[in-house]
Amino acid sequence: MIAQHFPVLQVVLPLIAAPLMILLRRGTLAWLLAVIVSWTGLFISLSLLAQVADGSVISYAIGSWPPPWGIEYRIDRVNALLLMLVSLIAAVVVIYSRASVAAELPAHQHYLFYTLFSLCLAGLLGISATGDAFNLFVFLEISSLSSYVLIALGRDRRALMASYQYLVMGTIGATFYIIGVGLLYLMTGTLNMADMAHRLSGVTEVRPVLAALAFITVGICLKLALFPLHLWLPNAYAYAPSAVTAFLAATATKVSVYVLLRFYYSIYGESAVFSALPMGKILLLLSLAAMFIASAIAIFQADLKRLFAYSSVAQIGYITLGISFDSATGLTAGIVHLFNHALTKGALFMLLGCFVLRLGRVRFSDIGGIARVMPFTSFGIVLGGLSLIGVPGTVGFISKWYLVLAALESGQWWIALAIVLSSLLAVVYVWRFVEAAYFQEPDAGIAQLKEAPLEMLVPAWLMIAACFYFGLDASLTIDGAAQAAATLLQGLQ
Amino acid sequence: MNLAGHFSYWITILLAITGLYIVIARGNLIKKLVGLGIFQTSVYLLYIAPGKLIGGTAPIIDGQFTLYSNPLPHVLILTAIVVGVATLALGLALVVRIREAYGSIEEDEILELDKTGVFPDTTTSKPA
Repeated sequence: MIAQHFPVLQVVLPLIAAPLMILLRRGTLAWLLAVIVSWTGLFISLSLLAQVADGSVISYAIGSWPPPWGIEYRIDRVNALLLMLVSLIAAVVVIYSRASVAAELPAHQHYLFYTLFSLCLAGLLGISATGDAFNLFVFLEISSLSSYVLIALGRDRRALMASYQYLVMGTIGATFYIIGVGLLYLMTGTLNMADMAHRLSGVTEVRPVLAALAFITVGICLKLALFPLHLWLPNAYAYAPSAVTAFLAATATKVSVYVLLRFYYSIYGESAVFSALPMGKILLLLSLAAMFIASAIAIFQADLKRLFAYSSVAQIGYITLGISFDSATGLTAGIVHLFNHALTKGALFMLLGCFVLRLGRVRFSDIGGIARVMPFTSFGIVLGGLSLIGVPGTVGFISKWYLVLAALESGQWWIALAIVLSSLLAVVYVWRFVEAAYFQEPDAGIAQLKEAPLEMLVPAWLMIAACFYFGLDASLTIDGAAQAAATLLQGLQ
Repeated sequence: MNLAGHFSYWITILLAITGLYIVIARGNLIKKLVGLGIFQTSVYLLYIAPGKLIGGTAPIIDGQFTLYSNPLPHVLILTAIVVGVATLALGLALVVRIREAYGSIEEDEILELDKTGVFPDTTTSKPA
């Protein structure tokens, strides 16, 4: 009975929990509620994923107003995967966040942190679940506004400037998106995505519709931090509280990639975007630029959080590279890397948070020889780094394997070479960590540190374990991604 | 090409460009937010202007009228205005905190302070 309301409950539960947390006013109680909500959310998302596994589509009419008039929540194999990913990361991060937040934020802000976390979660899940283009904008702003505040909670005063810059760029991005949706609404008279796709079929070469595509592409690419629109990301990730960085790095940009996919494949249709327009070439160039330039910048960072933030920009390049091939294999590679990178980066930022807990910050100059005193944290980062590089046995290898396959399939062997070359840049920055943590003598300050508490290490290591599990047995993720790609290529029925 | 007939679009474009220009060209954090506000306002016009039909009335069904204006854009923009207000409020709150932390709201001065200035002790929390 209740199961038929799962699509909306997925989004509404964290949304309702957020104001309740303000009423609770106690950090521990708010945390408990956040745990309950996010784990229930994970259960709901898994159930939704199971329901759509056979290729069926769940259409949920909010308030029983039938689509296309009312707002429709539409769950298919693509966004069920996204809902699962976001819920999973939230469920793991919320367990981790208690110790991390207790150390990084003053006690009177704890309940507010969990309130914002729930709001951000509701926004991200809403973006994924909704089948209405304007509703998507509202959820985009819910998640964005809460993440601006979450970033500003960072202890360093630079967190404030990072948050302000993200606010300006994020708002420009969202406004570009809404201009695009406005133009589409003017042309089609509908906001429902399926209805819009139906009405646009065959007339996508009309100028306002093309202008809408341009606005939506730029707006969403700002949110997903595609090179060169990534300028907000490094500072935002570097100065935000550790739990926030782990959550946002693993989910926020991924959800934006989903929005781009939804518009490109489901609404405009693959042929209108990739055959009639040189979108594939543009994405390809920007992706390659991201892979090389962002990786190269990452190598020279003094701060580990900034280093891995730049690495995120590069990894997003791999995701969009997969999309740019405009083939089933490429799309599968993009989606599977979306999942794999979320696992890897989530784990890495959680482990960096363990260093922040003990040191207050994670600059290379502070962590000399730290592997002696914090062996589990350090070794976890090395394993996560191997996954970033794409060593066989890790999820990173699976992604890159499929990317190389897609490149060869499209006959562009030089891209396959570029993928391998850019991975070498990842070797350099991961090695910098190994050298600092393992090959330097710990000074007196480092030597008296203790290993991070289990409640932070266990969630982080769970994610690292997942990186290896899905690296060795990729059938589950590859099948899921391949089915999602097939659903996208079919278009909305 | 009917220039005068498209005047609402011209105003929209002018507002959008003005707003974006202020965001990019001004270094004062408050002025940037003002620019952002103008940019968002242009979108309100983009939605609302086409909702009006010449000769159309408010969409209340009545035998006398056959032509109604489209009410949906107004509702959408009501939502967008709320979002805009929330963004502006949050942006201004951030500027207040930035002023407390840096003593300035000029972007170039703040970046200069970050490069050369002494950082506050990172292990203590900021004032609430």
